[in-house]
Amino acid sequence: MADMVKKTKEPLLHIAKRDDITGLKAWLIRIAAIAIGLLLSGVISALLTGASFFEVYEIMFTGVFGRIFEGKTTMLWRFLQQTAILLCLALGVTPAFKMRFWNCGAEGQALIGGLAAMVCMMKIGNAVPYPVLLLIIVVASLAAGALWGLIPALFHAQYRTNETLFTLMMNYVATQIVAYYVVYTTAGDGSGIIKPVATGNLPVLLGEKYLLNVLVVLMLTVAVFIYLKYSKHGYEIAVVGESQNTARYVGINVKKVIIRTMVISGAVCAVAGMLMVAGTDHSINTNTIGGQGFTAIMISWLGQFNPFIMAAMSGLVTFLETGAAKVADSFFLNSSYADIVSGIVILFVVGCEFFIRYTVKFRHNKKGGNA
Amino acid sequence: MDMWNIFVAFISSSIPLGIPLLYGSTGEILTEKSGHLNLGIPGIMYVGAISGVIGSFLYEMSCGNVKENMVPALAILIPLLCCIIGSVLMGLIYSFLTVTLRANQNVTGLALTTFGIGIGNFFGGSLTKLVDTDLPNIILTKTSDFFCVELPFADKLGWFGQIFLSHDFLTYTAIIIALVVSFVLNRTRVGLNLRAVGENPATADAAGINVTRYKYLATSIGSAIAGLGGLQYVMAYASGVWSNNAFGDRGWMAIALVIFALWKPTMAIVGSFLFGALCNVYNYVHHFFRLGHTANRELFNLLPYIVTLLVLIITSMRKKREHQPPQSLGLSYFREER
Amino acid sequence: MEKTPAIELKNITKTFGAKVIANKNVCLTANHGEILSILGENGSGKTTLMNMISGIYFPDEGQIFINGEEVMIASPKDAFAYKIGMIHQHFKLVDVFSATENIVLGLKEKGKFNLKAAEQKVEEICHKYGFEVDLKKKIYTMSVSEKQTVEIIKVLYRGADILILDEPTAVLTPQETQKLFAVLRRMRDDGKCIIIITHKLHEVLSLSDRVSVLRKGEYVGTVNTCETTESQLTEMMVGKKMELNIDRSEPKNMEDRLEVQHISCVNRQGATVLDDVSFTARSGEILGIAGIAGSGQRELLEAIAGLQYLTQGDIYYHNPKTGETDDLRNKTPLQIRELGVRLSFVPEDRLGMGLVGNMDIVDNMMLRSYRKGKSAFLERKKPKDLAEKIIADLEVVTPGADTPVRRLSGGNVQKVLVGREIASSPTVLMAAYPVRGLDINSSYLIYNLLNQQKEKGVAVIFVGEDLDVLLELCDRIMVIGSGRITGMVDARTATKEEIGLLMTKTASVEESAEGGSDNG
Repeated sequence: MADMVKKTKEPLLHIAKRDDITGLKAWLIRIAAIAIGLLLSGVISALLTGASFFEVYEIMFTGVFGRIFEGKTTMLWRFLQQTAILLCLALGVTPAFKMRFWNCGAEGQALIGGLAAMVCMMKIGNAVPYPVLLLIIVVASLAAGALWGLIPALFHAQYRTNETLFTLMMNYVATQIVAYYVVYTTAGDGSGIIKPVATGNLPVLLGEKYLLNVLVVLMLTVAVFIYLKYSKHGYEIAVVGESQNTARYVGINVKKVIIRTMVISGAVCAVAGMLMVAGTDHSINTNTIGGQGFTAIMISWLGQFNPFIMAAMSGLVTFLETGAAKVADSFFLNSSYADIVSGIVILFVVGCEFFIRYTVKFRHNKKGGNA
Repeated sequence: MDMWNIFVAFISSSIPLGIPLLYGSTGEILTEKSGHLNLGIPGIMYVGAISGVIGSFLYEMSCGNVKENMVPALAILIPLLCCIIGSVLMGLIYSFLTVTLRANQNVTGLALTTFGIGIGNFFGGSLTKLVDTDLPNIILTKTSDFFCVELPFADKLGWFGQIFLSHDFLTYTAIIIALVVSFVLNRTRVGLNLRAVGENPATADAAGINVTRYKYLATSIGSAIAGLGGLQYVMAYASGVWSNNAFGDRGWMAIALVIFALWKPTMAIVGSFLFGALCNVYNYVHHFFRLGHTANRELFNLLPYIVTLLVLIITSMRKKREHQPPQSLGLSYFREER
Repeated sequence: MEKTPAIELKNITKTFGAKVIANKNVCLTANHGEILSILGENGSGKTTLMNMISGIYFPDEGQIFINGEEVMIASPKDAFAYKIGMIHQHFKLVDVFSATENIVLGLKEKGKFNLKAAEQKVEEICHKYGFEVDLKKKIYTMSVSEKQTVEIIKVLYRGADILILDEPTAVLTPQETQKLFAVLRRMRDDGKCIIIITHKLHEVLSLSDRVSVLRKGEYVGTVNTCETTESQLTEMMVGKKMELNIDRSEPKNMEDRLEVQHISCVNRQGATVLDDVSFTARSGEILGIAGIAGSGQRELLEAIAGLQYLTQGDIYYHNPKTGETDDLRNKTPLQIRELGVRLSFVPEDRLGMGLVGNMDIVDNMMLRSYRKGKSAFLERKKPKDLAEKIIADLEVVTPGADTPVRRLSGGNVQKVLVGREIASSPTVLMAAYPVRGLDINSSYLIYNLLNQQKEKGVAVIFVGEDLDVLLELCDRIMVIGSGRITGMVDARTATKEEIGLLMTKTASVEESAEGGSDNG
């Protein structure tokens, strides 16, 4: 009978769910995960470059902020700009994520928004007065991004078409259209690079090139926070995200909410594209957004869909990416090193959620009645 | 060249173009059958490719970069093994995070893709410096030659030989792997158990199946298969030349292909050839049509994406029960869930 | 041979999280050749206890003995090795697999994988115990009773000696229940040890040899069935003497409130789920709906609530305020509301439809009212007051109004949902399985609330599964089978068997709609 059965040992580890973790403890776990990730990537950097651990971080810090203690703010502004663009894209995808609509198309939505701005700048730059031109640029950009959000939303609402892959493919469609536009406009000189356009540039505030971008994104952060938390739309998004059945049951028009939210999501992403094209580069290429659209997805998730935490996360990731790129640069290595470093940290944060939702108990060997 | 020859060349060159997609989607099908949506596949394919490249680069160096010094079996096995080890490691990271730590599969996958592409491009761009050579970039034509031995009679059988026999061995391996995976899924006990895990892990668990082990195995083997796709791209399609980002978005297309194939590896074979051809249109279209403005040819790069979108839409319009993804795809399993 | 218990539990304790103690120091024995009932209210820890025997959960403390030897059951696989088989209340079957595929799932038999050979072996088992099932049929096309048969065959195929059945009769008709009991008795006579988990007293008395009672996770005691009575068992189960009767008042001031005429509807796959359904719900009475699970009850209520597209038929609402009649056909829930129809609906899926599990009680109150006012922003004051009122009135056990509802126990979740639905002072109240999974006290609280609503003149529609309760609570009972109305009976005179027969009847009765309208 039972002796035919191999005796099973008592399992050593036992996992149990926990529901009652405090917010503070949860954040301590996340911060610890970030710290371990940073430590690990520092060690890897040290091994790869032969520099010491602290040297690596010194290079990272000065690489990102420059000689900030000597009052030089150029690098700081560049850091803020990059953080702002990344945050803007993350703000864009967040309403969709809250609705459990995996909008992986921030890249394309931003790029197509940027393209719309570029076309306006080049085609009607001299034809209309500056304020009108600015208005047209903003409207065209937002509309283009909204359209890029609308298309997958329509099909998802109607046929439940897989939105992750749909939005991903829309990225490449946008990239190819930009590629076409670049080849088309530069066909004459064959350079393949659109030279910066002087018309339709966003205004420069207080002589600081990136100030406007940062301010716009700052306002968007507050706006998205309020929209999600205190507006009726935000409430509907939350209900649809939690359970479409509940939404239908209380009379929410689920299709309408999906479409509306994705239009907003696309438009906010397009703001990032517009800021990059009309505000910063005054030109466009297929790499204008440079993969930030994908990073933004992780930012949104890591920030628990809270715009303010997302802002902090954007800062962290931007720091890691620019810093690691600088480290790679100083040792003549490829700048993709940045993706590895931020990847490690992000994977640690993703993994640490486990310790927030579950506890691991080591079972103490307890002898029962036969002891 | 007359039209027929161009057409034969078009078909013949489309086949290896579709093979990375076939590897990717076969690997992804296997993974998804265990209930895990691995969006890290694009990154894993990069890692598979660069691991193989590193292996063969070091081997070529150790042979003094002289083809005559290289043993054909080693020249093939070393990159192959490195590729598999690299991709399985990535698969293990993914499974540890999503199976053991029950992390969100979408986010983990995306992070892994960024990470994997980073690794690919970093080593692709820095390898020569890290091993202190004065070579400007990685060109492994010698290894590539070993990979690309044609089947006998390939050049004697005209168009038939060119289309069906002229490819590298990884192309044929891809088809064989897809058929084997299909057989295992549908005709064996292991396949039945695996499908049960993906459909309903609680049921599988209650039936005595080790859910965690199945998930780990399916994800790791799936990653290994996908990684081979990256290697095939470098060694066969790109003739052993690594250039950063050249592999592009084939990984995402491979994932889209899974939906097109309705989670059937045999359908993935058909789909990958179709997509290979679509990607190839750009290279051949000017032979067949007048295009007007030079930029117009760029538009043909859109073709595979537009078709993928159409495929997504059309498959989503069909609602047959057997055509749906595994029921618990994307959901973590915790036995003591209440 | 000495009588060694087939299974013996000693001091088993299991907790979930920090607070929930599911089992505390439970001791239990079960023998070969007997049927043991484990009796307890919902939430008393019966299923948790059995899940530890079958390897789903691992006990925090305590010992398990099989045939006198201490064992460690860490996974379902270990349980099989000790010849333990459990039939879960929510069947553990893969929908897209055939019966045979489900039966052989996870086994490591020697030789080549051969479904044909397995099928033959399965047929032998079917023959031995008298099961009838089409082995090639896919699970998702099966009825509940067929699925249960597959589950039983599955554990027998694995050579189970100890069979545990979790609430096996919850979804069966009285006739199917008798058939199942016959099978179980045959297995007992075959020397197997049968444990059934239940909260239904009459089943315990008619089937089992001994009864073990659990209360709030603790073991109360074991009695021989032939020496006990229903009231003794109730007392053991609830902890106090309790009259389990529902006060049913005579309906007053009945008016036709909701007239459903010849409605039909199809599901996503195109199958007909409601077929020419007609009936009238009146104010001041409780109309019960009985039927096998999945016969169209859900779709019928959803159709009335505006959540199903009707291919034919009309739903008329007689407005008591204006005296007007509105057709609700194919109106959205919002349009229905805007017509001034005060329709409340307690759906079957509480956390998946009626409430949002991750939102707190206040936000859940807002589901019905958030649209009020022209502002684009939310107003949280009134929902908060309502939440606090419901918590106080219905004695909801919760740390506060800002606790996510998924953290509440089943009974408290239902109080929140019913409380919200009643708060809008409805004229029609629909409730689907409102006491499923609730303990006895909460169940009776819900019955009382429904009765209060009836006395207030609300037309109550109650979908239930326990025929005893339906017969005690309702005024009329409508029986639905495969999407058709198969009968309408007077709840005061009808019998369980009569309703059971109607449940499985496929052809609809002539003039079924008005069949039972001669009461009251």
